[in-house]
Amino acid sequence: MKPTDIKNPEYFHKVVDCQYACPAHTPVPEYIRLIAAERYSDAYMVNWQSNVFPGILGRTCDRPCEPACRRVRVEEEPVAICRLKRVAADNKEDIRDRLPTIPKKKNGKRIALIGAGPASLTVARDLAPLGYIIDVYDNQFAGGGMMRSQIPSFRLPLEVLDEEVNYILDMGINTTFDIQVESLKEVLDQEYDAVFVGTGAPRGKGLNLPGLEDASANVYLGIDWLSSVAFEHTESIGKRVLVLGGGNTAMDCCRTSMRLGGEDVRVVVRSPFEDMKASPWEKEDAMHEGIPIYNNHVPKEFVVEDGQLKGMTFEKVEAQYDEDGKRSLVPTGEDLVFMEADDVLMAIGQENAFPWIERDLGIEFDKWDMPVVDETTFQSTNEKVFFGGDAAFGPENVITAVAHGHQAAISIDLFCRGESVDQRPPPQVTLASQKMGVHEWSYDNDVANDERYIVPLAPLEKTLKDRKIEVELGFDVATAFREAERCLNCDVQTVFEEARCIECDACVDICPTDCISFTGNAEEEELRQRLTAPAGNLAQDLYVSKDLPTTRVMVKDENVCLHCGLCAERCPTSAWDMQKFLYEVTKAGA
Amino acid sequence: MSYQIPKFRHPDLPVNDLGYTKADYEGSISSLCAGCGHDSISGAIVMACHELSIEPHKIAKLSGIGCSSKSPTYFLGNSHGFNSVHGRMPSVVTGAAMANRDLMYLGVSGDGDTASIGMGQFAHVARRNLNMVYIVMNNGCYGLTKGQDSATADEGSASKKGDANVYSAIDLCGTALQMGATFVARSFSGDKGQLVPLIKAAITHRGFALIDVISPCVTFNNNPGSTKSYEFVREHAEATGTVDFVPMRREITTDYKPGFSHEVTMHDGSSIHLYKVDEELDPFNRRSAMMTLEDHRETGSILTGLIYMDRDSRDLHDVLETSQRPLNELREGDLCPGNKMLENINASLR
Repeated sequence: MKPTDIKNPEYFHKVVDCQYACPAHTPVPEYIRLIAAERYSDAYMVNWQSNVFPGILGRTCDRPCEPACRRVRVEEEPVAICRLKRVAADNKEDIRDRLPTIPKKKNGKRIALIGAGPASLTVARDLAPLGYIIDVYDNQFAGGGMMRSQIPSFRLPLEVLDEEVNYILDMGINTTFDIQVESLKEVLDQEYDAVFVGTGAPRGKGLNLPGLEDASANVYLGIDWLSSVAFEHTESIGKRVLVLGGGNTAMDCCRTSMRLGGEDVRVVVRSPFEDMKASPWEKEDAMHEGIPIYNNHVPKEFVVEDGQLKGMTFEKVEAQYDEDGKRSLVPTGEDLVFMEADDVLMAIGQENAFPWIERDLGIEFDKWDMPVVDETTFQSTNEKVFFGGDAAFGPENVITAVAHGHQAAISIDLFCRGESVDQRPPPQVTLASQKMGVHEWSYDNDVANDERYIVPLAPLEKTLKDRKIEVELGFDVATAFREAERCLNCDVQTVFEEARCIECDACVDICPTDCISFTGNAEEEELRQRLTAPAGNLAQDLYVSKDLPTTRVMVKDENVCLHCGLCAERCPTSAWDMQKFLYEVTKAGA
Repeated sequence: MSYQIPKFRHPDLPVNDLGYTKADYEGSISSLCAGCGHDSISGAIVMACHELSIEPHKIAKLSGIGCSSKSPTYFLGNSHGFNSVHGRMPSVVTGAAMANRDLMYLGVSGDGDTASIGMGQFAHVARRNLNMVYIVMNNGCYGLTKGQDSATADEGSASKKGDANVYSAIDLCGTALQMGATFVARSFSGDKGQLVPLIKAAITHRGFALIDVISPCVTFNNNPGSTKSYEFVREHAEATGTVDFVPMRREITTDYKPGFSHEVTMHDGSSIHLYKVDEELDPFNRRSAMMTLEDHRETGSILTGLIYMDRDSRDLHDVLETSQRPLNELREGDLCPGNKMLENINASLR
């Protein structure tokens, strides 16, 4: 193999598994160390720069970082990254004086943001400090988009939402709420320099089954029903509720039902339990509240008697997989199952809808009637119009919308300055030795053996009575410290300098996880077999040195490195050094 | 500074016949200087014992005094250990081995502990052919007392302070051969590929097995001018040949690699294969071994690998015809013949 080019920032970035997996590339270990040091405001700002909504995401994020956490590979449970983020938000001081100053004198460029959800707000947050004049349009009475209409208050209290939305709206953003934008042409006619579409995926999918017409008074689309609850148009539901669907919206629907009068609330899903789209912890939370999940049940019919919904019938199926792993749900042949219901909530998916975009504005639409959007620049085929969040490529999650927003803001800024949107700015990277003394490091290199701590919950008898009482209590600071100590500091990199190495093997002998080998070079496939411990995880890179005096090379398998620094401590010549790698995605205007 | 090795290990570590991973043969974190050759030898001991699937409680590790003799703390944490008196490790091993022949005895010593204060004990344990492995971690200096030249420092070799050694060096392999050792090898801490099979062969050998391992002292004796530095040893080592240890169960399927020259079957059924052995050396002939050692000394190169092995070695228990059951398992009933037998014996003498 060729020697690894550690000057390429993506090499060490990939070693920081959590940050690499985060769509916004939040420097996770960096803020976890700050939490351990009780510097909550600093930890909050590291987050805010990167993901804009630390308090919201610390409660609701889909956490792509956690399955990626190295801790999963060396023990079992990842660091509770998401809930540590909440600790920073809960314990910070007033940070308003740390927010960017907004220039009084504007740069004369006007930007329209359609939709006031996470993607649009991120664009506003990045562009307002640069002097842009920003107009936001939204059909709700306040900003936040789906974070306000679809995430129930028992998961995300309104104060937290309002606080973080207002940090942005207070940047002198002109808001027009309670208005449905009916025509993109009208917006463009106002001669904006650029328009950003962040309207989400607002249309819930329905199931057109026999009996629906007669039952329609008691059948609701999940996301519409959730926003109706959030905006206090709906205050109760029947005692027997069936929730159709296996995603996070279904989990929010069933838990909300329990708080609005539902007594026998059931989730019914077509797929096997393991294949459900909902995050494992959201399923756990629903089951913790006593809600059963019926899997492998395909809905067949709404049963209506005398004009009144009585329930639904389901066909039992089992999942079968063909050679390519493609799943099909095959009926078991058992009798149809009837379940009683007063109300049915359909949470089987949602989709984009752009009836308000005229098709003669130069915005190309593909065969699925979705706008053609560049995956890097977020520009549509009309150079003035940009898309982001769920509106760009279909339903994802808040953190993805934030990542889109940052990139779209860069494009809009480049576009407004007359530069090419394809000139993407490189990330900002620093790599600095953490050596403080002969065997002293500026980070806590001891590896904690603690198992993952569980976030305490408020008692069910309390939370089920009031949909506004937050279920999770969050870590107290003492538990947060212990959880933070579980972080392996994967951003503190093992940097190897060939010229210093005397090949004494000290690093090989001490490495607790047998990551390091000195061996003859070979092609990657063969080299992976030659190492002290076989390097079977192909998703993880090998760090290969230049040739050493004995003609061997140093090969380090990054897979289960604990970043404990023992290789560097036991190295007599400092050929190994522990260096902190900070990778920040460059934002607009930087 | 780390005082503990993290408990997490590679999830795919190979397990041996006993179901143990290498981690089950490790010890505490080393407190020797960073880069000390001794730590590599500890690592090689861990690998050899793991690969041989020796139950850790069937091993006794014993040492004297010195940097080398601290090292048993850093390997085989689940085995018996005895950190004895300076230079007196062989006496303690002799006593232990006489009392319990069922353990594998691993003596670890240094050049001071062996070639100076312990020279007499070393000579006698070799001539008695006690069934043990005797590893010398040989760095040519007294590291624990700031790096004075030891008795194995080569004449003319300069330590960190810069003065060349004026005395003639003791060659421990030559001395062991002279004293009647039945397995003599030399290796280098920086070459586990050679050292691990040698340790396995030494463990399997029945009788006294010496491995003189050159182990650079990074703090006091790894400078230009030293003949025991990493660089010097790498440049001047000449292997007698390659040693491959073949466990008994793999015997049938083994294909000999090119350059094969000797196979030695050990008493437990495993075997040692020797490859590309130096043409002038007959490793089963003591005279040849001594001649080859002397030839290399004259040319200034360091002879490593298996130097001598007595295939018909009879260890101290064989010579003394001790009971097959370990002495410490014999109870009064086994040792006292009883009144009737005593009367018979007395009667036979009347």
